[in-house]
Amino acid sequence: MTSQKKDILRVVNLGINVDGKSVLQNVNLYIQQGETFALFGPNGSGKSSLLSALIGNPVYKLYSGRIVFKGQDITHLSTDERVRLGMGIAFQTPPKVSGVKLIDILRHCAKIGNRSEEDIYRFAEMLNMEDFLNRYVNQGFSGGEVKRSELLQLLLLNRDFIMLDEPDSGVDLENISIVGNAIKKLLERDRDPESRTKSGLIITHTGHILDYVDADYGVILYKGRIACVGNPYDILNEVSQNGYEGCINKCLREFPNLNNLK
Amino acid sequence: MSKGIPEPEQLEIEKPEVRKKLESVGIELNPERRSATFMQVDQETAAVSTFSESVEIMSIRDALKKYDWLEDYFWKAVRRDQDSYTKEADSEDVNGYFIRSFPGKNVKIPVEACLYLKKAKSKQKVHNIIIAEEGSELNIISGCTSHPGVTSGMHIGISEFFVKKDAKITFTMIHSWDSDVEVRPRSVAIVEDNGVFISNYVLMNPVKLVQMYPTAYLGENSTAIFSSIIVALENSVVDAGSRAILRGKGSSAEIISRTISKGGDIIARGHIVGDAPDVKGHLECRGLMLSDNGIIHAIPELEAKFPNVDLSHEAAIGKIAEEEIFYLQSRGLTRDEATASIIRGFMDLDIKGLSEILKREIDKAISMVEKDIF
Repeated sequence: MTSQKKDILRVVNLGINVDGKSVLQNVNLYIQQGETFALFGPNGSGKSSLLSALIGNPVYKLYSGRIVFKGQDITHLSTDERVRLGMGIAFQTPPKVSGVKLIDILRHCAKIGNRSEEDIYRFAEMLNMEDFLNRYVNQGFSGGEVKRSELLQLLLLNRDFIMLDEPDSGVDLENISIVGNAIKKLLERDRDPESRTKSGLIITHTGHILDYVDADYGVILYKGRIACVGNPYDILNEVSQNGYEGCINKCLREFPNLNNLK
Repeated sequence: MSKGIPEPEQLEIEKPEVRKKLESVGIELNPERRSATFMQVDQETAAVSTFSESVEIMSIRDALKKYDWLEDYFWKAVRRDQDSYTKEADSEDVNGYFIRSFPGKNVKIPVEACLYLKKAKSKQKVHNIIIAEEGSELNIISGCTSHPGVTSGMHIGISEFFVKKDAKITFTMIHSWDSDVEVRPRSVAIVEDNGVFISNYVLMNPVKLVQMYPTAYLGENSTAIFSSIIVALENSVVDAGSRAILRGKGSSAEIISRTISKGGDIIARGHIVGDAPDVKGHLECRGLMLSDNGIIHAIPELEAKFPNVDLSHEAAIGKIAEEEIFYLQSRGLTRDEATASIIRGFMDLDIKGLSEILKREIDKAISMVEKDIF
């Protein structure tokens, strides 16, 4: 493992429309191999939109900028092409797919992630999902079961850059450590920093997940723009004391050129 | 009497394309995997064999000669004068099969019956009688198909089912015709007290027209379950429904259909009549439109004649949700793979009371065809 970190993701001046309405403007983000970012922001600030745009959800239309992944411009690639290049995502509320069993999807994931059939059962056990393998995916799953199912799929997909949309919401106390440990493994946060190859972008409202998974950087999205970048724990602290506005104002005082917010 | 495997000149069984066609409608011609075999090519009996003591099988011609009492069943469930097709089947040269499970016997390994249309532009007339004697259980796969290259013809099939007290029939009919074949099945099941009748239907290949409305008459505490998986391709018209007349106290019925139009027209009918107290029925029609051409017309009907009946239906027609395709793409499936998985899932019916063997046969019939059409 070289100590020279490689580029994983470069988002340049990204602008995204949904139904003709702009949800992201001038977003710039640079993530290197081995780094995990926490993404904060109030409801409706564009956090999920950013993840959707990065994974290539066709509803999210790009009107400016580009996305470079592992040195390759992926702006116009389809979702599955991005996934095969190394992206992965856990959705906050994935759709039910009637008739398609979790195990069928897991086998696809394992194939792409170069994992074995035994891995499927091993990870399913780890996430307490053995009883769900033959169920239609997400059908009748509770909030916490959905999160675990998403993580199980990601563990088998074995991607290099992983996006997690509020992996801690709706997870009860009993399962939060299971979820936390799975993410830790997924992002190799249990390894020493130099040997990490996986990168992550985690949306968290409460920051609970950061008790289990440490992040290298925190980013605040505010009204569709990146408003603050810094130490995730400082940001969390500042937001809990002075709210997002307070944190952003402080950020602006310290880095006046960070972004043009008005 | 036992003829075993059909003779080559009748079927050209040695040809791989014939084998494949038979296999795609669940016909194996393998004594290890079937309790009995019947095969009719055009109007003639091509094979009859029984590999089990629990069941008898023969052509309807032989059965009518052998058993005088069969007159009490022949044309007793289906009306002789129901329509021009029943009248046409009521002829001297009619053939068909007679299958009977003996009282108390369990014929778990399926009996296979094949109706094979060999001669182009010909009319195949079939009259079947199926009896599950008291307390017995009978599993049947009925595969109907046409010879490779034979694109036109007509098939008229009368089927009369008699499910005696405490007996159970599971009848799985798989059709694979061709673009100019017209098919008119006429089926009625008489289900006695505590009996169970499970009917499954699979049609995924081109056909000119299938028109049928199989009906079950239910005795006390008996059950009927009808499930259909129908794909209508360009220029195909399928008018298919299932009907349950709940005339015994405590009887119940479930009618489920999954229809897919890929350019063809489908009328998905369903009719449950609550003709006795304490009956229960549910009807579920789901349709998937895959093309700008074609029609799916769902007609679910419920009829109650007593206050304490519980009848319900749900019908939904739509296209594949983009959200679901995107979700599967986010797991690395291409758009085409994702679409195919969702269609496959749409056809995955969880049929209550269906044995594993029959479930596998249905799955196999679907997977043999789906690659070519989706």
